[in-house]
Amino acid sequence: MSYKFDESQPIYLQLIEIFKTNIANGTWQAGEKIDSVRNLALSFAVNPNTVQRALVELENIGLAYSQRTTGRFVTQNQVLITNLKHEMAEHKTRDFVSQMQAIDIEQKEILDLVQRCLNSEDN
Amino acid sequence: MSIIQINNLCKNYGKLQAINNLSIELNSGQIVGLVGPNGSGKSSLLRILGAFDMAYSGEVLINGLKPGLESRKIVSYLSDKPYISESLRAEQMIKLYSDFFSDFNQEKAFNMLELFKLKPEQKLKEMSKGMGDKIQVLLTMSRDAKIYLLDEPISGVDPASRKIILRSMIEGFSEDALMIVSTHLLNDIENIIDSVLFLDSGQIKIKGSTDDLREQYGKSINELFEQIFQ
Repeated sequence: MSYKFDESQPIYLQLIEIFKTNIANGTWQAGEKIDSVRNLALSFAVNPNTVQRALVELENIGLAYSQRTTGRFVTQNQVLITNLKHEMAEHKTRDFVSQMQAIDIEQKEILDLVQRCLNSEDN
Repeated sequence: MSIIQINNLCKNYGKLQAINNLSIELNSGQIVGLVGPNGSGKSSLLRILGAFDMAYSGEVLINGLKPGLESRKIVSYLSDKPYISESLRAEQMIKLYSDFFSDFNQEKAFNMLELFKLKPEQKLKEMSKGMGDKIQVLLTMSRDAKIYLLDEPISGVDPASRKIILRSMIEGFSEDALMIVSTHLLNDIENIIDSVLFLDSGQIKIKGSTDDLREQYGKSINELFEQIFQ
């Protein structure tokens, strides 16, 4: 119930992003059974059809699959999961770079900033 | 076949036209938000669907039947006005409901009573208004009905109880049940509904899937409501 959605955007798209993140960071392990639609709807406090729509989309892009009797599972295809991680990382980096450019930060400064942030995290 | 079919429905209170030639079909397996300003016809529509008002013109079919005693067996209706006896205890009301409705689930009812922190032996007249509202919601949601008609289920209760009611709506959702919930508190409920009907002067102004409307207008359902009815 703690997740805060942006209600001006479709909820199912935001659920897809959450589910992708869960797969990318291993919260949902490869091959693991995905929780039921009802339980996911309860934990995100959203409509069950909205959860269903997001899970079907996850299946369409190959990140999940259904077995008629046993339920829905995360893909076992590690290549797909690795690709997903890289895609998400690239997407977020593009966003970050365009935000930096929007406030007129030069390339060298961006790189320095990233380096400094990484260093301070190590300490 | 749609579980609710409405064709050219009109409802007048004297000269006042509450519902004005309204037609719609609704399928099972969804939670529909019924929204609109005061006096837009929300409660009138739900009363007719719940077979608590037979004085209308046009055609209304509930699972193929005209609203009446037979349709009430599959319809769980939460009225905007209380209609249970004040002298009964909470546990007696639960018993009464389970005697009356064969689809009543006592376990669900007592479970919800506990979640609401209400005492089984407490009488309705000893309860605050909010507590009484919770009992009404609990009795309505504890039926395993095919249609739930919820007229303002969360407006009179505190935020913690709102969450419990919203949870019970998700839990009560099933492929072969239809829930219609009227509210003016869209903020709390807009993620729980998957489609919405905007009523204005007894007519449908906008209807559609909530996510499709968000995509189309780039607004939350609440913002869209404010834009339309300001």
